[in-house]
Amino acid sequence: MANLKTVSKKSKAQSMGMHTEVLTGRTQQKFFNPDEAENFYYFGTYDVDFNKRTDLDVKDMTAAEANKEIDNLMSHGYGTIVIKNPQGKHSLGVGILNKLNLIFEGSLGYFGIGSCDGPIVRINGRVGWSCAENLMAGKVVIEKNAGSCFGAAIRGGDLICKGSVGARTGIDMKGGTIIIGGDAGAFTGFMMQRGRIIILGDVGINLGDSMYDGTIFVGGEIGSYGSDAVDAELTASDQDWLKRKLKVAEIGENFDVSKMKKIVAGKKLWNYDNLEPTEKKGAI
Amino acid sequence: MCGIAGLIHRGKSSNVGSELQGMLQALKHRGEDSTGYALYGDTDGKNFIMRFKVGENVGEGSSSVMEDVSVYDERKKVVDQTLAEMGAKVVKEERTLPYSLRYEIDYNTKDLLDFSQRIESIPGVEILSMGKSLEVIKDLGNAKMVCDRYSLDKVVGTHAIGHARMATESGVDIKSAHPFWGYPFSDVSVVHNGQLTNYWNNRRVLENKGMRFMSECDSELIAVYLAEKMRDGATLEEGMKESLTGLDGVFTYFVATKDSLGMAKDTMAAKPLVLYESDDLVAMGSEEIAIRSVLPQEIDTYDPFDGEVKVWQI
Repeated sequence: MANLKTVSKKSKAQSMGMHTEVLTGRTQQKFFNPDEAENFYYFGTYDVDFNKRTDLDVKDMTAAEANKEIDNLMSHGYGTIVIKNPQGKHSLGVGILNKLNLIFEGSLGYFGIGSCDGPIVRINGRVGWSCAENLMAGKVVIEKNAGSCFGAAIRGGDLICKGSVGARTGIDMKGGTIIIGGDAGAFTGFMMQRGRIIILGDVGINLGDSMYDGTIFVGGEIGSYGSDAVDAELTASDQDWLKRKLKVAEIGENFDVSKMKKIVAGKKLWNYDNLEPTEKKGAI
Repeated sequence: MCGIAGLIHRGKSSNVGSELQGMLQALKHRGEDSTGYALYGDTDGKNFIMRFKVGENVGEGSSSVMEDVSVYDERKKVVDQTLAEMGAKVVKEERTLPYSLRYEIDYNTKDLLDFSQRIESIPGVEILSMGKSLEVIKDLGNAKMVCDRYSLDKVVGTHAIGHARMATESGVDIKSAHPFWGYPFSDVSVVHNGQLTNYWNNRRVLENKGMRFMSECDSELIAVYLAEKMRDGATLEEGMKESLTGLDGVFTYFVATKDSLGMAKDTMAAKPLVLYESDDLVAMGSEEIAIRSVLPQEIDTYDPFDGEVKVWQI
């Protein structure tokens, strides 16, 4: 191994296995470098006008047809799209890498709003399994209940369910915030690696099982703790943050956050470094 | 993967054959190796309805061995003879397909064990269901194909459960298709989505207690497990609650009796279920699109939680 006291910062980082990679993607705005601005865009995104609004009835469309039409409308500058009659169809509103106001007048099936980066989505109904999986940025609000694997592997953004959610909410999440107005099922926060989950109601068994990092806040009763999930002190700054988030989420604004429980990883299972590569460089 | 669906009308009857067909057809992407219906039709309750098979569907995709139709005729003759010996009078006979039959039987007994054992001692014969309201119809293909083949769209009744199967644990044949009759209990049926990992251990124990298995499909264990619990005096709901710890693996299952419909979900909630409940209708399925086939308007649905058991009466 190189002598870390004498080599340059770059060599030092490489010697420690940290490469000088250039991060891309808008969710990494914290590390945005203006000199590389031309690298920060997605191919196929559109300039849209939020005041340009249209309705799209998907009753007789397949999910693929509906998603293609949403893309087509964005390409014509529509910034607010209201989807009528989703009727529990799967995989609606997926892969949107654009600023967009997307409103669903009804319920979605599985995998709704998957792999999105940027849109603000409101669902005036319920969602099935794996809603907003891999969300990178944006805001998704569900007015009713949600199925299992809600917000699986999200990396950023705010994901809000005003009702109750099924099992494994926030499984494998790597960032962002999930807020639940009602109850949550078993294995909430299973193997989460970063980010925050707020549950105002009760939560099922094995909360935060095998979590690497991140924080879970629970307002109600906890069925049981998972492996390596432990209590932590709820600080004043936690409470301030919770109040702000609940207000922005249009949910539980008057909720007494001082009585919430805070659960974190005990870090007995994993020796996990939660820093971004760029943060690691700064830490050297 | 498999998909399950069920509905119960409370306080009224409806066209459950057509409704369940729509629900299962909406789930056909979850598996169309075989589809099965357990329909609880409106009957006068006087006679038993026995659905049974004397052979397998050996069509495309089947894992069964082809037999000559004359073998089916021979088996049917032996069944008729055995019924006559037991004093069971066949009031009405329908032979929808060469291997699939429906008998209405005038037979006065509360113990179907001896009756079933004698019928099923005939090689190649299996009772698919026995009851005064229940009829189990299952065959290869998707929901519409089976519904058309057996003219199920006109069946009127109070409740029904069904299954769209992707065969993973056993063969593509009728004997491994769901629903399973809760042998030897009248009017009990089960459908299951998931995988049971202590199937063989449980099967050995139950067989030693005299219970009967017809297939090697792990889902059949649920029907047998519940039947054994009820035989020992437990209520259906008590048996279902015990199953949450007695059965290992991942599962969501429905069980129906003459006047009730229940659901149970394993303690890890690993298998999906969406539920709609109102004063006059409960509808549930592996995916919301199944419910939407009978309730296209905007409705409130939810996922039952882990380890949840619910039972509804008609």
